[in-house]
Formats: sequence, structure tokens, C-alpha cells
Amino acid sequence: MINNVERAVRTRHIKNSVFKWGVIAFTFIAVLPLIFILYYLVQKGVTSITWAFLTHMPKPVGETGGGILNAIVGSAIIIFMACIIAIPFSIAIGVYLSEFPKAGIANWARLSIDMLQGVPSIVIGIVIYEWVVKPMGGFSAISGSIALAIMMIPPIAKATEETLKRVPAGLKEASFSLGASYYQTTMRALLPAAMSGILSGVILSIARISGETAPLLFTSFGNPYLSANITKPMSSIPLLIFNYAISPYDEWQKLAWGASLVLIIFIFLLNIITKIAERKWKVQY
Amino acid sequence: MMAAKSNFFNAEERTFRLSLSAIALILILILVGIFCTLLSASIPSIQASGWKFLFSSAWDPVTNDFGSLPFLVGTLLTSLLALLMVLPFSLAIGLFLGEYYTEGRVSQTFKSVIELLAGIPSVIYGFWGLFVLVPIIRSIETSVGVIPYGIGLFTASFVLAIMIMPYAVSITRQVITMVPRHLKEAAYSLGATRYEVIQKVVLPFSRSGIFAGILLALGRALGETMAVTMLIGNTHSIPHNIFAPANTMPSVIANEFTEAVGTIYTSALIEMALLLFIVTAIVNFIGRQIIKQFAYDDK
Repeated sequence: MINNVERAVRTRHIKNSVFKWGVIAFTFIAVLPLIFILYYLVQKGVTSITWAFLTHMPKPVGETGGGILNAIVGSAIIIFMACIIAIPFSIAIGVYLSEFPKAGIANWARLSIDMLQGVPSIVIGIVIYEWVVKPMGGFSAISGSIALAIMMIPPIAKATEETLKRVPAGLKEASFSLGASYYQTTMRALLPAAMSGILSGVILSIARISGETAPLLFTSFGNPYLSANITKPMSSIPLLIFNYAISPYDEWQKLAWGASLVLIIFIFLLNIITKIAERKWKVQY
Repeated sequence: MMAAKSNFFNAEERTFRLSLSAIALILILILVGIFCTLLSASIPSIQASGWKFLFSSAWDPVTNDFGSLPFLVGTLLTSLLALLMVLPFSLAIGLFLGEYYTEGRVSQTFKSVIELLAGIPSVIYGFWGLFVLVPIIRSIETSVGVIPYGIGLFTASFVLAIMIMPYAVSITRQVITMVPRHLKEAAYSLGATRYEVIQKVVLPFSRSGIFAGILLALGRALGETMAVTMLIGNTHSIPHNIFAPANTMPSVIANEFTEAVGTIYTSALIEMALLLFIVTAIVNFIGRQIIKQFAYDDK
């Protein structure tokens, strides 16, 4: 009898520790891919990254060497324009949602943000093709920026709303008591106080879109030459990786590995900056 | 004087509020516009194919005969397979971070690692899969005795599983942390082991939240384009086994949209985007509703 109870207790304890070690094992297995991917990227990419790689154009097939200057410049221009379009717009939405949370269209706007976040990026690419590329008569860098800008709206708007909600009511009341208008209070008191939170939302959204390829396929399209004309097709790092990765030429694939490493380093740096900004997330005023 | 000044303020106030409302309205219009654009651009294909579009596996640009069945099947299979693969891992990490090691250096490290995984662009996953995973899968296929394509349904699902894991994990972890302390303590006081507490209290309590996390991860998986396009094999037929090459809706669009000639061909691809938009919207909406419900229950 006692023996049976003891055995039952022992089984339960064994089950308990087996489960715990199972959870630990699965967790460790699950992070292995990241290590593999990073290891492989560094191993393959690090030999490509030289000064010439960053400052030269891709060479034609058959010639060794060459760089990804056109893609770096293209990505910089496309992302910069996307920021110009998306940042003011998204911050305004965040302000609206936090200042008038119960207003008539606030709930619809909030639902739209949630839905927009879920729209597959390729669908956004197609829609921007219909909205911008078709009327303009051809692929253009600006259409790629607009596609990316739409993808930037949800994270920035949410970060703005969340941070503004944490700004103490006292700050707002103090501003009103000095006779400031709503507009002045928002622009001179609330937004500056919420700056670090908004900034980290902005940086995070840049990190998210800088690797996006699908929406650029039908918009900025890619360009083997260096171009700064925003009404013409333009190259970008993710598109270059895609095109060269599926190409049969070793030299191009080597460029793609280098470009992947550059892109990953850029994205990880932005993530780290966000982390630092978040640590100081506490609203400052 | 005073009156004029307060009028001035009121006007400024009103403009400020109106312009903010206008911007919010533009946001809503963008979303409505996306749907309307997709719908109106799909009309030629809807008129030409009707319901057959969903049930036919013909895909012939020459005769303008389009059916999306193989791509629907391919999308569902890759996404579901990826979910199956990711589920035990996301549950394990959710328990690891939400129950066993909620704070401390180990937990922080794992959280950062998972965030980094979420940050890797799709195209790089695809590139890595093409050069690292495909040879491995090919040798597995040779030993199993199926045609060693290397690329195909299984490879694409595997990479997809890695890609959606961070999304599933973040929600699973959150809902597991939200399980009320007193419930767990009541179970412990009855002599339950930790495993029994997890099995009888934590998991039943967080079941709906975990399900919502899976739905949101599914929403991601359905629309994922680049990695899948590079690894799926792009054949226009319904796959016979899980190693066979297939195709998904986003990859067909990515591969064929710029080369599509003719109104009906382009329109058929846009109709596929419309389907994708509707399905992901529904999946995401249900997922978010469940999470909201969960948050209310907790209060």
C-alpha cells in the first residue's frame, strides 16, 4: 500500500522533471536556427565586405569583385522618403488616438491600424502598383517609398499613442493653466515629453521595413545602375539580395551574401538603439 | 479684444482637432481603399472565371483559363505545416519565459534572441534556406526515397516555422504570464507538482490566448512571400507529398505579376491578392478579438 503511494509520488516527480527538461530542451533547440543563420551569414559574408564592396558598382557577369553601391544608395533614398511620408502622418494619428480616444472615428482608426498591420506586404505592393505605378506610367522609387510608408504607419502610431498615454496628466494641466492652447500643449509639452518613446517606435519601424522585399518588387523594381531619380526604378539592398541569390553566378551570390550581412548588421544596430531608447522609455519631462 | 483673442484660440483649436480627425479619416480611407482597389481590379477575372477560380487547377495565360486551387492548397499546406512544427516550440518557449524563468539573465537573453529572429528579413531566410537547408533536405529525401528536389513544401514550411516562431512566442508568453498567481498557488497548496499546475491550471487558463497567438502567426504565414517563393519550387500543380514542390498565392503573385500580360491574367493575380487580403484580415481579426477578450477576463 505505502509502496504504491510512494511509487505514485515518484512517478509524478519524474513526470515533473521530465517535462521541465523537455521545455528547456525545446527552448534551446528553437534558438539554434538564429545561431546557424548568423554563423553562416558572417562566414559567407565577411570576406565580401571591403571598402570597395561598399563604394563600387556591381560588375557584369564574369568579372570578379564589384560592390553594391547602387543598392546602398537606393535603399537609403527609398527609406528616407518613406520616413518623410510616414513619420508626421503616423505621429498625428497617435496624437489623435491618445487625445480623443472616444471620438467618433477613433475606434475605426484603431481597427484600421490593427488591420493594416496584418495586410501581407505583397498585397500592399500590388495596391501601390495600382495607385502609383500605373498612373505614373512606370516603376519608380517613390512608389516603393509609399508602399514602405504604409507599412510604417501601425508601429509608429501605436508607439506614439502608448507613450502619450503615459505622459502624466499634471504636465498637460500645467500647460493649460499657463493659458496654452490644445495645439500648443500638444506640440510644446506632450510630444517633447514623449519623444524617446516615439523615437524608438520610429527606429523599430525603420528596422522592420528596411528588409522588406515583396512590396518593392512591383514598385521600385530594381536598377542595375546608380540612380538618384525618384521617378525612375531604383535598386535596393533586399531586392539585390533576392535577384543575386537566385542567380546562377557565384560572383553575384557572393555579393548577395555580403549585402545580407550589411543588411543584418544595419537592422541589429537599429534594434539595439531601440533597446537603449526603451530603457530610457520612462517619459521625461 | 479678449473676445477676439479667445475666438482666435477657438479657431486654432478647431483647426487642430479637425486636421487630426482628417488624418485619422485618411488612415481609414487607406484601408478601405486597399480593399476597393483590389476588388475593382479583380472584376475582369471574377467575371471571366466566377466561382471556378476557387476550384479549378487550370492556370493557362494563353487561353485565359485561371483557377487558383493549387495555390490555395499550397498556401494552406505550407502555413499549417509550419504551425504544426512551431507549436511545440512556441509552447515550450512560452512556458520557459512565462512560467519557469520569468526574469533574470537567461530569460533576457532568450527574449533578445527571439526578437533578433523576428528582425531577420524574409529574403535572408530564403537565401539561407536555399544554400544551407536545401542540401540537407535533399540528402534526407534521398535516404527516404522520394525525388530529391531539395526545394518544396517541406523546406518552405520549415523556414516559415522559424520565421513565425517569434510571433507565436510573444503572445504565448504574455498569456502564460497573465495566469493569476492565486490560482497557481491554490494548486500548489493541494500538493500539485509544477507539471500538474501547468497541465491543470496554466494551460487551461491560457488556452484561448495561445490559440489567438497561433491565429496571428497563421496570419503572418499566409502572407509570407519572399522566403517561400525562393524555397517552394513554384510548380503549378497540387503537391502529392510533403516533399513535393508546390506554389503559394503570394509566390505566384511575386513571380508572375510583373510579367503578366493581358487584363484577365493581371486581374486573376490581383484576385488572388484579394483572397489573401480577406483571409488574413479574418484570421487577424479573430485573433485580436480573442486577445482582447482575454485581457478583459483578466481584469
